[in-house]
Amino acid sequence: MKPIRCIPLLTFFPMTIAIIMLAMPVFALEGQIGTHDPTTIMLCDGKYYAFGTGGRTHVSEDGWTWGSGPGTPNGGGMGPDMIHIGDYYYMYTAGNVGGQPASRIVMQKTKSLNPESPDYGWEPMGVVNTTDGVEFCNGIDPGCFHDPTTGKFWLTFGSYFGNIRVVEMDPETGLRIDMDEYFDIAINCEASTIIFHEGYYYLLATHGSCCRGTDSGYNIRTGRSRNVTGPYVDHTGVDMMQGGGKLVIGSGGRYVGAGHFGLIDEGDGVQKFSLHWEADMDRGGSSVLDIRPLLWKDGWPVAGENFKEGTYEIESVRTGTAIELAVEGVPVGGGRGGRGGGGFGGNRGTRGAGTRGTRQGAAPGGRGGAQGAVPGAGNFAGAIGGQDAAEGRRGGAGGFGTFGGRGGENTGAARGGARRGIAGRGAGGGGGMFGGRGGGEPMPDQNAADVLANWPEGNIDVRMANYMCQAQQKWTVTPVADAGGYLGAPYFKITIAGTDRALAVSEDGELVALPAFTGGNEQLWRIDMLTDGTWRIMPKFVSIAGDSLVISAIGNSFATLEKFDPDSDKQRWLFKAP
Amino acid sequence: MNKQNNNYIQKFVLSAILAFIMIVSVPNIAICGQVPELGVKNSTRTVPNADGFIQRWLILEPIAANGDTQNAVQRIVKTEYFPNQFTVVPKDGDKVTVNESELTWHAVDTNEYNVNLYYFADLVGTNCNNALFWTVVVVNCPEEMTNVRLAIGSNSASVWWVNGEEVIGIYGNRCTVIDDGVSKRLTLKKGPNVIRGAVVNASGAADFCARFLDSEGKPLKGYTVNVE
Repeated sequence: MKPIRCIPLLTFFPMTIAIIMLAMPVFALEGQIGTHDPTTIMLCDGKYYAFGTGGRTHVSEDGWTWGSGPGTPNGGGMGPDMIHIGDYYYMYTAGNVGGQPASRIVMQKTKSLNPESPDYGWEPMGVVNTTDGVEFCNGIDPGCFHDPTTGKFWLTFGSYFGNIRVVEMDPETGLRIDMDEYFDIAINCEASTIIFHEGYYYLLATHGSCCRGTDSGYNIRTGRSRNVTGPYVDHTGVDMMQGGGKLVIGSGGRYVGAGHFGLIDEGDGVQKFSLHWEADMDRGGSSVLDIRPLLWKDGWPVAGENFKEGTYEIESVRTGTAIELAVEGVPVGGGRGGRGGGGFGGNRGTRGAGTRGTRQGAAPGGRGGAQGAVPGAGNFAGAIGGQDAAEGRRGGAGGFGTFGGRGGENTGAARGGARRGIAGRGAGGGGGMFGGRGGGEPMPDQNAADVLANWPEGNIDVRMANYMCQAQQKWTVTPVADAGGYLGAPYFKITIAGTDRALAVSEDGELVALPAFTGGNEQLWRIDMLTDGTWRIMPKFVSIAGDSLVISAIGNSFATLEKFDPDSDKQRWLFKAP
Repeated sequence: MNKQNNNYIQKFVLSAILAFIMIVSVPNIAICGQVPELGVKNSTRTVPNADGFIQRWLILEPIAANGDTQNAVQRIVKTEYFPNQFTVVPKDGDKVTVNESELTWHAVDTNEYNVNLYYFADLVGTNCNNALFWTVVVVNCPEEMTNVRLAIGSNSASVWWVNGEEVIGIYGNRCTVIDDGVSKRLTLKKGPNVIRGAVVNASGAADFCARFLDSEGKPLKGYTVNVE
């Protein structure tokens, strides 16, 4: 494991949203991200640092936009990794001695990665491993792991010639404890590292071919063990010493060849990992740095996806209700005559004006269905529907049979609304209670333009309700240029689809929908995938303050901002296709 | 069997039959916990129950109303049916005139988390269809309570006010769900706070429940309830 240290990480995050994947673009990191074999990302003095093979270095203030970083200590090297233990950052860099597989790993340390810090300064500490070119190991690609259960420090290394080995290091010095002791834990892979999760050690290693651009077969796989020294076995029971390994991430979308896993544990149920892609097709097939969410499924790590822009229903995992504008909804297609009355309506009636209401008095009960249907044909052609119910307030629909569309069915008449105020009597030519609008033609989606005139101007409150495919319940999530980001993703705006009406945090700390997006930090959202694949949503101003308020369901019908509780489902969200 | 025993048996049987007839001939006696009690009967109802639900209310006999959509309910509850409708703190037995009908405010105790308006309406000789029920309670706080939320559920729609400010509304044809609607953060002032609700029902069952949640989302305790 290569935790980020130096300054306590953000202690945040309340909302999760699960995404149902749409064919929408996934965002690569911004800026200068060309790299190969990157180290685990380190945090120091508020900035993120990564180092790659051949002297490539990267720095970022937010984990989204990257620039060139300080020079690699001592001129570079191959496949480095880093760890922060105590006061020091230890960097382990490999190099071949002559030709492969003869190699060595050297270590350097510094108290700060920030060149402007008085603590900055790399101190070479010497060789921690050599392989002589004959033994069954090519000792490159070091990977650092600080065991949270024992406090011990371990280093893995190895490449395609021979085994992956793990050796014990001294956490006080960063140096090797015993130069002769090692444990073989895998074969036919490279870029290894170990992480710990719920009682297991997981060896992450890169399989497949490197350095071939879009022809690279690189993919990251894993096995697990109860012991840090192995054996590491995959989900099918195959030992990684025999080539086993469960896939964590492989090529996909516009990216080919995933390699060099580095854990980023942000705490509170948010884990991510760094990697490089052999080929980013949007960058001419060059090798680039990337950051992805890390999920855990049935005890195995799986790569998640960074958020994809698109239009969604935003649904609470806890309540199953969806975030919406607090406006009166209009049924898709405008609705139709429904069943009149209810179980009680027809018989008892309501109290009429001017009387205390006998049971039989006043307006007889129930609601009829809506008006407007055309009487259908058929043996039991619809009379004015819901005759009895028509004495209620709205009257029945004309002519729709209960099983509209079948025309002339007995059931239509038999169930016609005499007693129960069901809309319509007799079978009609279409429509009816179960027949939709008749004709079977696809109904268009409801768009905001269809109903916008009914909405108030100005700010609109936000609530949750049963999802009904209505316009006020559909949200478009779009990245905002030049608004910055966070590890792996940019900030987003969340607007009602087809409008510029934007989800924001109001002055009283509740949610509101502003008439238009204006770019303020209270209108920008950080969307992180949690380890179970659901999502949390945090306003930017909270994110940059290092706080932990996120969108939280409260009750069935309300969403607010609350402190993130990783053990609660109140702050987990699904983004579903609308 | 002698004649005397036969007489006893006959009397017993006749009594049983009469009792049965009496029971079934009074259709609105529903022997279940959902039936509220009219009048202030239970001294324990002066505080919220273990889960924070308020179990004592003043409820006005229903007013005819139709519609449960958001706009319809807002129009219904914003209509003034009687003087001082939005400010009155009534007492048990107070009367108002609505559309030339005299309606009475009743103090109501419930044994449950909710107040069953179906049975309430039955008890007062009417029904709950296409009806608007006004309900009021005074919540007495020993000190100011901040960052609390009013959490309600209702069948069907309802709108609620705290100290004259509308704080939550839920709409549509719905069943009562605990904490279905939750207000924004509120402050209950030290002393009396007037909670007012308007429940609009189309047809079928009707009821409501209400409690306050503290800043951590837990049921708020430590206040008393007054309808007198």
